[in-house]
Amino acid sequence: MSFLSYLLSGLGLGSVYAIVAIGYTMVYGIAKMLNFAHGDIIMVGGYVAFYAFVRFGIPAWISIILSVVVCTILGVTIEKLAYKPLRKASSLSVLITAIGVSYFLENGAQLLFGTDTKIFPSLITEGSLKLFDGQLIISYLNIITIVCCLLIMALLTIFINKTKIGKAMRACAEDKDAAKLMGINVDSTISFTFAIGSGLAAVAAILLCSTYPSLSPTLGSMPGIKAFTAAVFGGIGSIPGALLGGLLLGIIETFTKAYISTQLSDAIVFAVLIIVLLIKPTGLLGKKENVKV
Amino acid sequence: MSEHVLETKSLGIDFGGLTAVNNLNIYVDAHEIVGLIGPNGAGKTTVFNLLTKVYEPSRGAIYLDGEDIKKLDTVGVNKSGIARTFQNIRLFSNMSVIDNVKVAMNNESNYSFFDSLLHDLKYFNEEKSIEEKALKLLDIFDLKNEKDTLAGSLPYGAQRRLEIARALATSPKVLLLDEPAAGMNPQETEELMNTIRFVRENFDVCILLIEHDMSLVMGICQRIYVLNYGMLLAKGSPDEIKNNKEVIAAYLGE
Repeated sequence: MSFLSYLLSGLGLGSVYAIVAIGYTMVYGIAKMLNFAHGDIIMVGGYVAFYAFVRFGIPAWISIILSVVVCTILGVTIEKLAYKPLRKASSLSVLITAIGVSYFLENGAQLLFGTDTKIFPSLITEGSLKLFDGQLIISYLNIITIVCCLLIMALLTIFINKTKIGKAMRACAEDKDAAKLMGINVDSTISFTFAIGSGLAAVAAILLCSTYPSLSPTLGSMPGIKAFTAAVFGGIGSIPGALLGGLLLGIIETFTKAYISTQLSDAIVFAVLIIVLLIKPTGLLGKKENVKV
Repeated sequence: MSEHVLETKSLGIDFGGLTAVNNLNIYVDAHEIVGLIGPNGAGKTTVFNLLTKVYEPSRGAIYLDGEDIKKLDTVGVNKSGIARTFQNIRLFSNMSVIDNVKVAMNNESNYSFFDSLLHDLKYFNEEKSIEEKALKLLDIFDLKNEKDTLAGSLPYGAQRRLEIARALATSPKVLLLDEPAAGMNPQETEELMNTIRFVRENFDVCILLIEHDMSLVMGICQRIYVLNYGMLLAKGSPDEIKNNKEVIAAYLGE
């Protein structure tokens, strides 16, 4: 029974990674940049929900919506102010800028919210489901997290394949110049991608902070790196890859913590990543870029 | 101002010290098929890149229906009615054939993101008319049976046809074709000529095309411009061009 319960909590953690990894992978796929500030959006999402719920007494569900809205606006604003002027610059300049934005957000949060760790309230339901005469205990939060992740994936897949903005995104991911010549507004498509990624980061923030209820200005950096790893693991640019990479990473991490060593878990997770990339450099579901000679 | 659909006046562009196109005056009238030919490196594709604002002209002006398109960017140029294909095929190769056409109809569908999530009536109506239009286009280009194939896995000739279909999907006034017959065998070229004629007759569009295949150029163009070293060397009917000594010299070397 402990195996099953580890598996479920691994899937829960993996779901959070997957939701964050979508942000990395979509932005990479369409804007061809690594948005290293993405992890810190999670942190902002956590603080917004915390202040709305605890300090201002706003109902939980409105706090969650507020957090998503603020993060979406923040993500689009960052793209407009920091990345858009660099559209034609080298990818290295954009990468350094993204790291700069990340530090800006972390330090800004320290200034605004203080450096002390805050206890995140339970915004989502408490309690748990007891199965097999109490041998297997699954928290409702765990179930909600997994369902949330699968729901987001399903909606996103429909969105990308069926709607006109989704098609425009795929077109931009393949060939921005050709897309422009077909009348597709590349700038607004990129903004929209940032909006989706950042909104999802807020959802991840709520789920993550509800599971691990401590809030600090650097809260986003580790899940950010893990989610980025998950995106690379699954094949960066691929949305199903982000799901697969996220879930696998969560399961591997939970199992190593449970059966091998808590301290070594991160080392083992990254070792697995290195091995996967050695065998399949494009990641599990990544597409090989065919370069014509 | 003028009755030409597309017109350039003293159009030119420099890349650093190199003048790629200079003092170009050409026009295309409604329902015309006009050829743009010239030796390799003459600046033909550069002209297309200027007309679609991929490059910003250094000098001169471009008029679409008499309106200066100076202020428009690439997307704006497409929206106001210039569409093109590419010398080296640039389809969205990981998207299905029909999605390639549908994505180019972006400007027309004005249902919002929320409509598509809610799948309300408006979405269905719009999506249905887009689907119908896309299928009609694919039918004309003989691609209907491959509608769900990935564009990248189509045979070469079919990819060229899909590029033209995709460009037409943006409802252009002017269609720019960059070497549409490149890499085609004589039979495919013959079919392409018929398709281009069909497009001219059935769509409200005029065509400017770059081509090296002289049988195609001489076969379907009413007028031809010859470009050499970025300058207009000659212009006229296919017969005039065929017998122009300067043109022959430019092509064969003196």
